[in-house]
Amino acid sequence: MFVKFMEVISIYAIPLIILFIPLYGFFKKVKVYEAFTDGAKEGFKTAVTIIPYLVAMLVAIGIFRKSGAMDVLVTIVSPITNAIGMPAEVLPMALMRPLSGGGASGIMNDLFTTYGADSLIGRMASIMNGSTETTFYVLAVYFGAVGVKKTRHAVPAGLIADAVGLLTAVFVTNLMFK
Amino acid sequence: MINLIWLGFIVIGIVVALVTGNIQAVTDAAFEYADVAVELSIGLVGVMALWLGLMKIAEESGMVKALGNALRPVMKYLFPEVPQDHPAMGAMVMNIAANIFGLGNAATPLGIKAMKELQELNDEKDTATNSMCTFLAINTSSVTLIASSVVAYRAAAGSANPAEIIGPTIIATVASTIAAIVAVKLLQKLPAFNKNKEKSTL
Repeated sequence: MFVKFMEVISIYAIPLIILFIPLYGFFKKVKVYEAFTDGAKEGFKTAVTIIPYLVAMLVAIGIFRKSGAMDVLVTIVSPITNAIGMPAEVLPMALMRPLSGGGASGIMNDLFTTYGADSLIGRMASIMNGSTETTFYVLAVYFGAVGVKKTRHAVPAGLIADAVGLLTAVFVTNLMFK
Repeated sequence: MINLIWLGFIVIGIVVALVTGNIQAVTDAAFEYADVAVELSIGLVGVMALWLGLMKIAEESGMVKALGNALRPVMKYLFPEVPQDHPAMGAMVMNIAANIFGLGNAATPLGIKAMKELQELNDEKDTATNSMCTFLAINTSSVTLIASSVVAYRAAAGSANPAEIIGPTIIATVASTIAAIVAVKLLQKLPAFNKNKEKSTL
C-alpha cells in the first residue's frame, strides 16, 4: 500500500511540478518563458564551478579506494564492528558508503551474489545503503557550487550522521531479521 | 578538517599502494577519477538549467516564499540565521521534499539552488555558515522514504521480497537525520569550528 503510493508519487511528481510551477506563475502574472530562461542561464556556470571541487574529492577518494587501503581499514575496524553485531562481510560496504555511491552499490551487489539478497548480510547491506548518503560527494558538489572552501563542522556532522545511520541499520537488522 | 581528510586519503592511499606494490592502480585511479569528476559535473548542466529555470518562475510567483512559510516553525528552528521570507527557505523545503520522495534528479539541483541562496546571506564567501552546515548535514544523512535504487538492486538479485527493507531503512535514516541535526547544532558551538577562528590549516 505504502510502496504503491510512493511509486505513484515518483511517477507523477516531476510532470506535475513542471506543470504546476509555470501555471501558478502564469496566474500570478509572471512572464513564465522569460523567467525560466533567465534562471536557466545559470545552469552551465553552476555545473562548471563544481568541477575543481569534484576533481579534488574524487581523485583523492579514487586513490584511496584503488590502493587497497580499504582492506587495511577493514582489518583495523573489524574487531569493534564484530563486537556490535556487524558481520565482517558488510564492513567494507559500510566504510565505502560515505566515499562512493557506485562503489558501495557494487559491494552490495557482490554480497547479494555471494550470500543472497534475503540473507542477514544482504538485508543489512540493503538497509545501510538505503539509509545513508555519499557524504563526500554531496559536500564537494554543494559547497563547490558556491565556492565555499572552509567547511567548518559540516564534515564531522555528516560523518557522525553516517555512523549513527549505519549503527541503527545493524541494530534494526539484527532485531528484525536474526 | 577537510584539508586533513583530503590529504589523508592521498597519503594513506599512496603509502599502502607502495607497500603492497599496487602503485600502478593509483596512477590509473587518479586519471580515471579526474575524468569521472568532469563527466559528473558537466552531466549536471541540463537538469541544473531546468530546475534553476523552474525555480526562477516559482520565486517570481511567490511560491518559494509560500513554501518557506508553510514549514515556518521547523525551518526557523533549523536555520535561525535565515530571514523567514528569504528564498533560501523555500529552496531548502523543496530540496528536502525531493529527497524524501526519492526524486534524485530534482534534489541535487534544488539543493545547489538553496546553497546559492544561503551564500547570498554569507558575508565571508569562502567559509560555510551555520545554516549551510545544517543544510548539508541533513542532505548527507539521506532523508528518503523509499530507497528505490536498493529495492531495484534487490529485485534484480532475485529477492523474494525486495521491499521488505523499506521499513527498517526509514528507521535508520530518521535516526541518522536526527543525529545530523543534533551533531551540527552542538558542533557549531565549539570554538574549533567558530566561523571567525577556523585556521586555514584545519
